[in-house]
Amino acid sequence: MNIHEFQAKSLFAQFGVPVPRGKEIKNPKAAAKWAAQLNSPVYVVKAQIHAGGRGKAGGVKITKNQAEVPGLAQELIGKKLVTHQTGPKGRKVRRLLIEEGAGIAKELYLSLLVDRDSGWPVFIASTEGGMEIEEVAAHTPEKIIKELIDPAVGFQGYNGRNIAFGIGLNSMEPAVLNPFVQMLGNLYRLFMDKNAAMVEINPLVITTDKKLIALDGKVSFDDNGLFKHADVQAMRDLHEEEPLEIEATANNLNYVKLDGNIGCMVNGAGLAMATMDVIKLAGSEPANFLDVGGGATKETVAAGFRILLKDKNVKGIFINIFGGIVRCERIAHGVIEAAKEVQIDVPLVVRLQGTNAEEGRKLLKESGLKLDVANDLWEAALKIVAMTGKARKKRAAAGEAGH
Amino acid sequence: MSILVNKNTRVVVQGITGKEGSFHATQCKAYGTKVVAGVTPGKAGQEVEGIPVFNTVRDAVKKTECDTSLIFVPPPFAADAILEAADAGITLIICITEGIPVNDMVRAKRALRGRDTRLIGPNCPGVITADECKIGIMPGFIHKKGRVGVVSRSGTLTYEAVNQLTNLGLGETTCVGIGGDPVNGTNFVDVLALFEKDPETEAIVMIGEIGGDAEEKAADFIKQHVRKPVVSFIAGITAPPGRRMGHAGAIISGGKGTASEKMKTLEAAGVRVCKNPAEIGATVQAALGL
Repeated sequence: MNIHEFQAKSLFAQFGVPVPRGKEIKNPKAAAKWAAQLNSPVYVVKAQIHAGGRGKAGGVKITKNQAEVPGLAQELIGKKLVTHQTGPKGRKVRRLLIEEGAGIAKELYLSLLVDRDSGWPVFIASTEGGMEIEEVAAHTPEKIIKELIDPAVGFQGYNGRNIAFGIGLNSMEPAVLNPFVQMLGNLYRLFMDKNAAMVEINPLVITTDKKLIALDGKVSFDDNGLFKHADVQAMRDLHEEEPLEIEATANNLNYVKLDGNIGCMVNGAGLAMATMDVIKLAGSEPANFLDVGGGATKETVAAGFRILLKDKNVKGIFINIFGGIVRCERIAHGVIEAAKEVQIDVPLVVRLQGTNAEEGRKLLKESGLKLDVANDLWEAALKIVAMTGKARKKRAAAGEAGH
Repeated sequence: MSILVNKNTRVVVQGITGKEGSFHATQCKAYGTKVVAGVTPGKAGQEVEGIPVFNTVRDAVKKTECDTSLIFVPPPFAADAILEAADAGITLIICITEGIPVNDMVRAKRALRGRDTRLIGPNCPGVITADECKIGIMPGFIHKKGRVGVVSRSGTLTYEAVNQLTNLGLGETTCVGIGGDPVNGTNFVDVLALFEKDPETEAIVMIGEIGGDAEEKAADFIKQHVRKPVVSFIAGITAPPGRRMGHAGAIISGGKGTASEKMKTLEAAGVRVCKNPAEIGATVQAALGL
């Protein structure tokens, strides 16, 4: 789960990581009031959306004139921001963070996540603040310092010193050395206590008056750890999530929307990905990832159909089930029942394999439903791709005839 | 021969009185696995399908000499269950539970370091040695004793591959699901090393997916240490970056962990990489010259 910058910064403050004075603002009136209270030489007005690249997209405004703050807020609220992470549709700005500006002497990069190889938390730090870390890693990897933290004892002072001296902090500004080490310890506590998946500060700045400050902040959480933290769950912003994905989650389905035409419904995450891949290999594009889980029932299949059909791009549906513990004839019953409840007006191919597959296929064939049954994965993929192509052509022809 | 588990393996099921635990304990036993004990705190003295239930793993070990644990404990308590098993002297822990907080696994994995205990999973289908013992949730009937070792990060996709191997008459030695979580106990490299040493395993199928660099590490190991043919499929060539594809560990982040990168690295290490998951069995057959 992701949160907004203003939420990340309030968590930082809570854990003793220095941040600029700032506040979440939803309208120009509140902006004017807060700006007066802030009374700072420089004001920064930042659009709050769950995507990077806001600065380049015009989502961050800076002014020295307090009177201009409400106007800038007016300009950003309700605006669609298109960044390299939002896709062409962009994201609507609903909230702002308005904070004091800082005199920047030096920008650094800092993040903390779990290193998958060792299974230990790892700090990543670099002198190249303000740049994307992937870029730095690709072009100047020597400027990146990594420090693994032993989870048995947690963050130690020497970890902090390894990072500080590693990026040459002492030669930049010796006065921030101790505060820096202390700040890393605080970030580690935040990371472990709140079950974060990643904490990133880019840039972390040394100000002209020799202070450290987190000028930006990004925190994401491990979904599996959310049950421990009601305060983190309360930070969820559903506006930032795909509506179909929210509906899927409510139905205990794992769904990710993609841009293709063939909707797929599969049991198991690995097989679901493989099914998407096979659709592409057969010459089309998948419309989604959908894992109905090990215990697929009539209810989950029906919910799956409803979600797939709400996606207007879907021109055909491919159900791929490998019956293990779940028996195929039960899945077949589920499909038949669900198809009665949900109007399916696109081609449908159902591939059943595994436990009682033959029985399941027979049930489907005798159901009278308009669907194709397959037992081989590749054969099924070719079938749905061919049918979808035909349906598309037919629809296009009908459209032309109508004009 | 086989790897990790065989007909003599003595299994304790942690969380045996739960819905999943009792169902799968029964299925494993029916397959021929020696399920000798179950553990649910506070339920000692009960039985599940003739399997005695104990309060603690320590009691189960003392009374039944079990050496392997199969865990169905719910996510908030699963890391605790793993450590309980290790502390009681269990040498192989197979954790099926999906949804364990990553930080719990970080601590548990660290605590297992230096111990004589291997953890498989979590979030995995388990381990099966065909026609000998099944310790997990996979459908037993699709497996048949044979010559191919299978290691995978996935569940149903593994069944897909196994089904192809069985239908082609190749059969399997042992199939190991290492799980879909970012922090797990056993990786591809560990299992590849075991298969390379196992005289009955003639070829290896490795099923990976997007996220992390376990496949790249495996490629490196295969290049240096594996002489047996390895066939691989990597799921997620169509997966978009930055999105978690079901498994907690299946995510392309910072441009790293893409399927195409993994395929390229594996191919460079001499692995036969299938683009089409429907061709895994046939590729193994060809690799064995059959």
